[in-house]
Amino acid sequence: MISKRAIIDWLGIAPFMIFALMFLIVPTLYLVTGAFLTPEGEFTFKNIADLFTPSILSAYWISIRVSVASSLGGALIGFFLAWAIVLGGVPTWVRSGLLTFSGVASNFAGVPLAFAFLATLGRTGLVTVFLRDWFGFNLYSTGFNLLSFFGLTITYMYFQIPLMVLILTPALDGMKKEWREASEILGASTWQYWRMVALPILWPSLLGTTLLLFANAFGAIATAYALTGSSLNIVPILLYAQIRGDVLHNPNLGYALALGMIVITGISNILYIWLRMRAERWQK
Amino acid sequence: MKAQRLGAWIAIAIGAGYFVIPLLGTLEFSLRMRRGEYSFDAYQSVFSDIQFRETFGYSMLMALLTIIFGMLLVVPTAYWVRLRLPQVRPVVEFITLLPLVIPAIVIVFGYLRLYNSSSILPLTGSTSGTNALLMFSYMTLSLPYMYRAVDTAMRAIDVRTLTEAAESLGAKWPTILFRCIFPNVMSGVLSGSFITFAIVMGEFTMAALLNRPAFGPYLQLVGANKAYEPSALAVIAFAITWLSMGLIQLVSRFQKSAPAKA
Repeated sequence: MISKRAIIDWLGIAPFMIFALMFLIVPTLYLVTGAFLTPEGEFTFKNIADLFTPSILSAYWISIRVSVASSLGGALIGFFLAWAIVLGGVPTWVRSGLLTFSGVASNFAGVPLAFAFLATLGRTGLVTVFLRDWFGFNLYSTGFNLLSFFGLTITYMYFQIPLMVLILTPALDGMKKEWREASEILGASTWQYWRMVALPILWPSLLGTTLLLFANAFGAIATAYALTGSSLNIVPILLYAQIRGDVLHNPNLGYALALGMIVITGISNILYIWLRMRAERWQK
Repeated sequence: MKAQRLGAWIAIAIGAGYFVIPLLGTLEFSLRMRRGEYSFDAYQSVFSDIQFRETFGYSMLMALLTIIFGMLLVVPTAYWVRLRLPQVRPVVEFITLLPLVIPAIVIVFGYLRLYNSSSILPLTGSTSGTNALLMFSYMTLSLPYMYRAVDTAMRAIDVRTLTEAAESLGAKWPTILFRCIFPNVMSGVLSGSFITFAIVMGEFTMAALLNRPAFGPYLQLVGANKAYEPSALAVIAFAITWLSMGLIQLVSRFQKSAPAKA
């Protein structure tokens, strides 16, 4: 016999659970199961197998490349920025300014971000015109194009770098001064300190955050759509076209496409959480 | 040591350049509409566009409704989990993080299939139903931020003692919740609200696929058809984001100074 109190206890979170089921879990499960069904409702692996056709594979491949490039670039620059404000001995106003700005810029994504980069690096953008008028250098004659893999990557880095700064600054703050002093007393050079002490402690944070940035870029669509229209065939844009007008001519293949996205962002997030738990061992 | 400081300044300079130049570029471009001189023509054109006002108003209303309903869902849940069901905390926290794992476009794809006009719950069959669905989708998107903000604020107060004190003074549940718990986690409610506001105002995918006249799809439409207005809109959007984040900083500073008074 369940006590009356226990029933009331569970009723208290019923609204939340119903909401989560209706608007988060069931819709996702619907797509996941749909990926394994034929249009007639029979079980099949054909949809998953059909993902491995050249056109869909190339969409996944370019998505993965953009996400890897923007997450690595964002992680690298973000790391140096975080290092500069924590250990570089710059004034505190630089630190608080950069952190505040990172909070804003990491949320400045979507359509307006695409506009900002078009106005800067587009054919008549500020930097393009500046280089042309002052240095006689035509950016677009070098084969550069904002509406391309490279253009999308540097645009994505605008929100990737600040995110890296925000997550990594606390990790660098957690590095104890004593570690550095101890290694110096034992005769270690700066290089040896970073290679044998700092980086082994930091790598779970570094790798974990890079994975988070990867997932962040992989699921993003608005910026890419506003920037390139549908000329750059990344997975979210393909899925968008599929939802709009069944361009794959098989609704269940669309579900498989969605499943593929969940699997990729899911794995990178799980690894991120696991690595973050490892990183926290040193922050106690 | 000196080389290190130099390296730090170089990193800061590169980072600042990366951040500031696109903003300058956007600002400069938005002023370029009149030939040969800078003017605010693009802004004038944006503000006089009836569609701008309609979609902006629609998204503002959506943001407001999302915040109200989201908080009515999140605050009681976070409260209840802390008070009565600490054992389900990991489950609830996991669920609140799911919207960061499942891409928005996948979630809305599921909605379109699950709630289409031939299903048991045909939300997309009517305008008001689709509006409701869009609001629920925004609640889902902002769930990770709202829950974390509220839960952090709740950690700072002693939920159990507050509840027992209110109960022994004869308060009923609605009184406890709205006059005792809500005011005490106001800083969390506010910062969760501002970030939700920023998310909803710029959101594109959900509104575009549900075919609602929100600000995000409008931005995309202008971007595809006009030259200078998009930059003006990007400046406006950046100002909105900046305002939301600035308010969060203000609220969290207020929160830090609050316990000292008590």
